[in-house]
Formats: sequence, C-alpha cells, structure tokens
Amino acid sequence: MPTLTLIQAVNDALKTVMRQDQRVVVFGEDVGLKGGVFLATEGLTKEFGEQRCFDTPLSEDGIIGAAIGMALNGLLPVAEIQFQDFIFPAFDQIVSEAAKFRYRSGGMYTVPMVIRTPYGGGIKGGLYHSQSGEAYFCHTPGIKVVVPSTPYDAKGLLIAAIQDPDPVLFLEPKRIYRSVKGEVPEGHYTVPLGTTRTVREGNDAVVFAYGAMVSVATIAAEKVAAEQGKQVRVVDLRTLSPLDEDSVLEHAKQTGRVVVLHEAPRFCGYGGEISALIAEHAIEYMEAPIVRVTGFDTPFPNTLEHHYLPDERRVCDALEKVLTF
Amino acid sequence: MAGQAVLSVLREDGVVQGQEPEIAPDTLLHAYRTMVLTRHLDERAMRLQRAGRIGFTVPNKGVEAVQIGSAAALRASDWIFPSYRDFGMALYHGVPVEQMLHGMFCNGLDNSRGRQMPVHYSFADPIRFVSISSPIGTHIPQAVGAARAAQQRGEDTAFLTSFGDGGTSSLGFHSGLVFAGVWKSPVIFLCQNNGWAISCPADKQTGSDGFAVKGEGYGVPGVQVDGNDFLAMYSAVRTAVARARSGGGPTLIEAITMRMGGHSSSDDPTKYVPAAMLESWAKKDPIVRFEKYLRRRGLLDDAQAQAALSAAEAQVAAAVEAAEKAPLPATETIFSDVYAEVPPSLRKQGRDYFDLMSRHGEAAAGDGAFPL
Repeated sequence: MPTLTLIQAVNDALKTVMRQDQRVVVFGEDVGLKGGVFLATEGLTKEFGEQRCFDTPLSEDGIIGAAIGMALNGLLPVAEIQFQDFIFPAFDQIVSEAAKFRYRSGGMYTVPMVIRTPYGGGIKGGLYHSQSGEAYFCHTPGIKVVVPSTPYDAKGLLIAAIQDPDPVLFLEPKRIYRSVKGEVPEGHYTVPLGTTRTVREGNDAVVFAYGAMVSVATIAAEKVAAEQGKQVRVVDLRTLSPLDEDSVLEHAKQTGRVVVLHEAPRFCGYGGEISALIAEHAIEYMEAPIVRVTGFDTPFPNTLEHHYLPDERRVCDALEKVLTF
Repeated sequence: MAGQAVLSVLREDGVVQGQEPEIAPDTLLHAYRTMVLTRHLDERAMRLQRAGRIGFTVPNKGVEAVQIGSAAALRASDWIFPSYRDFGMALYHGVPVEQMLHGMFCNGLDNSRGRQMPVHYSFADPIRFVSISSPIGTHIPQAVGAARAAQQRGEDTAFLTSFGDGGTSSLGFHSGLVFAGVWKSPVIFLCQNNGWAISCPADKQTGSDGFAVKGEGYGVPGVQVDGNDFLAMYSAVRTAVARARSGGGPTLIEAITMRMGGHSSSDDPTKYVPAAMLESWAKKDPIVRFEKYLRRRGLLDDAQAQAALSAAEAQVAAAVEAAEKAPLPATETIFSDVYAEVPPSLRKQGRDYFDLMSRHGEAAAGDGAFPL
C-alpha cells in the first residue's frame, strides 16, 4: 500500500473519482496548470483536460455560485477556495443558496457539490491564511462540514463527500498537509460521513479533537500516560456536521472526564456545542467539568502563533484539571 | 477603452514621444531615487526570505513606474488604499524604510505588532496608506466610503485605490465602481494589469478588451496607460486627481505592466510564465527607461545614479540590522487591539494563559513556514 501525505491523498482522491465519473469537475483559482497553491490538484488538467480541471476568475462568489449551477444541472463540482480565509465573499452562496436549495424546493432541486479549502494555523500565515471558520458553517443547516486528520481519512472522506447527495464543506488542515504520512489504499474506497474515529484508547478521560489538533491531543495523552499512568482516549470527530452525537455521548459516558480541543476561538466555537450536548444528555456521568482548549478570542496572530495555537502544554493542563477534579 | 490609444509618453529609449507633463526636476529625481530604493528593497527582501530571515515577501520588480508615478501625483494629504504590492507608493511619500523592515520581520516595533504577515503594512504618516489585508478587492469600496466622508466635509482630498487585474473579478471591485459612479466619488481606481493573478493570465479574468473599458458601464471613465512609463503614469493619475478634486468624479486607470517575479516568495512563476514574455518585457524596464530620459535631460549622470543605488543599499542595510535586532512582540499583544478596551472575558483568557505559562513553561517556538 502506498504511503502518502495528506495533500497527496487529496490529489489521489480527486484522480480516483475523476477517472470513475465523468461528471466530476475541479475548479478554482490556480488549480489548473499550477496545480493549486498547495499542489492538491497537480496533474489533473494534464490527465483530464481543461474541461474537467480549470482555473476560474478571481471570485469566490463566482466559484461557488457557478458550482451550485453545475450541481443543479448534472455535474459533480469540486470547487477549491484557495484559503478558507478567502471564502467569505462566497458566504451568501454557501449559506443562503447551497445549504437551502433542497429545503426550499422540497427536494426538487439539489446541489451535490464539494467545497475543498485549506484551513487552520501554524504556517506563519497571519490573520488571513490561518483561520478556522468551521463554526460559521456548522451553524448552517443544509451543508455538511468534514475535516480529515490522516491521509487515509482524507481520501476516503473526500470520495464520500463527492458522492454525497448534499453540499459538503471539506476543510483540509494545511499545517499537516505534508507532515502527516500514512498508508492509503489505491483505487476507490470511502470513509462514511457522520462517523468518529477513536485514535487512542483510554478510559480515564477523553479528548475530542479534529484536524491538526488530533495529533496535539495524542501527544498530550502520551505524555499524561508516561507521567501519570492515566490513559486518555482521543477521538477524532472528522465530520463536524452532521455530528455523530451517539458516539460523542458514548465516549463521554465511558470516560466521565471530557476535554474538547480546537484551534478556532472559544466563544461560540464548535467546542461549545460538544460541551452543551454532553451537559444536556450525559451530565450525570460527568466526574469533572467539561474543559475546552481553544484558540483565544482574538484574530489569529503571526509572530505569536505558537502561543495562540493550542499545544500539548495547554491540553495537558486541561487534562490535569479534569483528571484531578 | 476600445478605440482609444494607450497613453504613453516615453519610448523605450527614453525619448519623449507624447505629451510631456510638467514636473519639477527635484520631483523627478526623488521619483527616480524612490524607484531605485523600491527595487533594491524588493530584491533584498527576497534574499532575506530565501535565507530564512523573513517568512514571506511579494516580488515587486517591473511595476515601479506604476507605483511611483501614481504616488508622485498625490499630495501627502491624499489617501492610498493599497494592495499588498504597493510599498513603493509609501516610500515615495517618506514612510521610513526601517518601518517596512519591522513589518517584514514581524517584530515588536512593527505597526501591526507582528500580527500580520510581511508586506501587509499599515501606515498613517506622512501619508494615509491604509492597513492592507490579504483578501482581494475588499478595500475598493472602502476607498469610496472614505471619499464620501471627505465629500461631505467639503474637502478636496483624492483617494487612490490600487488592485491587480485579478482584483477586477472580486465583488469589491464591482460594488466600489457602482457606488463611485453614483456618488461621483473623488476616487482613482488604479488597476495594475501586471499580466498575472498568481498563475492565471489576465485574459482569464475578463472577456473584455482590457480592463479600462469596464468603467464605462458604471459611469466611470477609463483609460489605459503604459505602466512602465513613469511620465505616462504620472500624467494619467494627475489628470484623474484633478478631476477628483474638482468634483468631476472617479476615474478607472488601467496600468499595463508586467510582474517580473513570482506572485510571492512561495510561487514558482517558471511553471507558467513563458520565458519569451519575460524577455520582451525586460526590454521595457521602467527604471531603465526613466533613467534614459533623465540622462537625456541632463538631470542624471553616472555618479548620481550610483549615489542613488548606494544610498538605497545603505538605508536598507541599516534598516535590516535594526529590524533584526528588534524584540519580538510581547505576548500580551495577542490580546490587545481586538477592541478599544480589552473585555473582561478576554482579559481573563489572557490571565489564565499567563498563569498556565507559569506552570507549564513558554510555548515552543513555532516551526511554521509559509506555505508548507
């Protein structure tokens, strides 16, 4: 089985579905000849031609609006937004249009499409090449939000997203595009949307994480195991919306001590939803308050990004709180 | 504009072929020195990036006449809403090189406290060079709004907003021109058609014959200018500025030029820019052309040209040294400037974090590099 980086797995997923299904088209800014600024679409124009992988004018609103139209008329568009930070001109098309077509037309019109976009910090990208905007979109019913953290999941989830009958926002953690490697099967396979993945076993506490934070959680869990002999479970949520609530509640009940971890700011962040879910449905199982480890409630800094991004210190500190409560 | 000639004044050999604008010799020499400084700073920034001393930069070579020619037609009381490649405009008006280097090193003396990536400057003195963001075209309607404020106070300030050929596809370009057309805004929309939006050639941004023609539909007159011709750029912007000050409304200027480097230090333009295109544009180098003109007029000799370069090198070297020595931003700066006053909840987040550091130590230095 080939060993790929996360970005190579994305590229492999695109090639796999494009070979199988003529309806799949890939487009965005610089995705053609250049192969994307991160090379996610490298070689696609060469293999599939400019009709199926092409550059667009510099308009995110145009990219997503056009993707919706293509999806309405029988194509399976995979649109790239160069950085998630640049998605906001398309917010209207995503939130008011893509996410609501099925509902407003009683299922007469649907938009099966994928928006791929690199997100998250840790690459010295400052305010506008670092953000984690998942909460804006998870708050919108009608669009699914998926975040892989391994090459295997990146390929399997992306193929599942492209085959999904509904619009999917596919957030790619760019910080680990090349640093994470793993075995990826050749050819077609899927990882079902709406499922979590247990990364590390343990019954003393659980950390819920996604994207680049999964490995931070795992490093912290290993440290706690080495220093305190406590076994911390790590769960990769990998589909943020719709969430596998049963799985989250099960993990929470089994461990009784919960840490939720993400890079995005805390206030109205995704961690609040996980905390509230557990508080509503499993409070009687909790041995300690649920603790969130998140980015600060500030814009994303540049020079000081290593302070902003949650690291093992902050996860260990939170684990200490829940384990010793 | 279809059927309208591209405004040009200087031939490639520096001979005047069009209407020569009246400019004081001192102004011409200041413009020349600024162009030399702009190019040297640009080259030095790329070397610093390649050596890993700064994280990022955007090559500027080839567009100096667009920037300096435009800036020279503005007063210090006018406003610039720039894009990320426009630092030459700020240099012309006297923003210190050292301040730019602090920005490139993202240190504690940087105006943005190291919060922004390099080249995303914010300057207010000696000219308003409004804080730059990375999203494309967002600043264009903002220039129109700032102009509206001046209109309402009866001021004759002009507002120049600059963007690339790719920027004309953004929402901001269209809303900006719609509003400016209706409000007769004192705004100069400067489209720097440098041939490329990262890897996409300009003909992938528009089906129209150039970009100046786009103004027509909004009631904004458009003009195409040879962007490698300092005198043509100065003339075009001066005419637009005069129109703006006198209540005549906005102008769309398309400066036809060529980005001679990559989009950024992360980009490899050899993958998509034809070598022949670079070769033909190299012959039109804006600084070489302007220098020939100055020599013909007897305003510049070898010694003065050498002095301009030496002065630029000395200024930049001193600024690099100062910026590299400057401290990093204090950790507290993560929490300041989010609001005028730090809200209690955010103050608590900050306190909690400092408390955590006292127990668990400093954050490990980041290994982030742009891009991966």
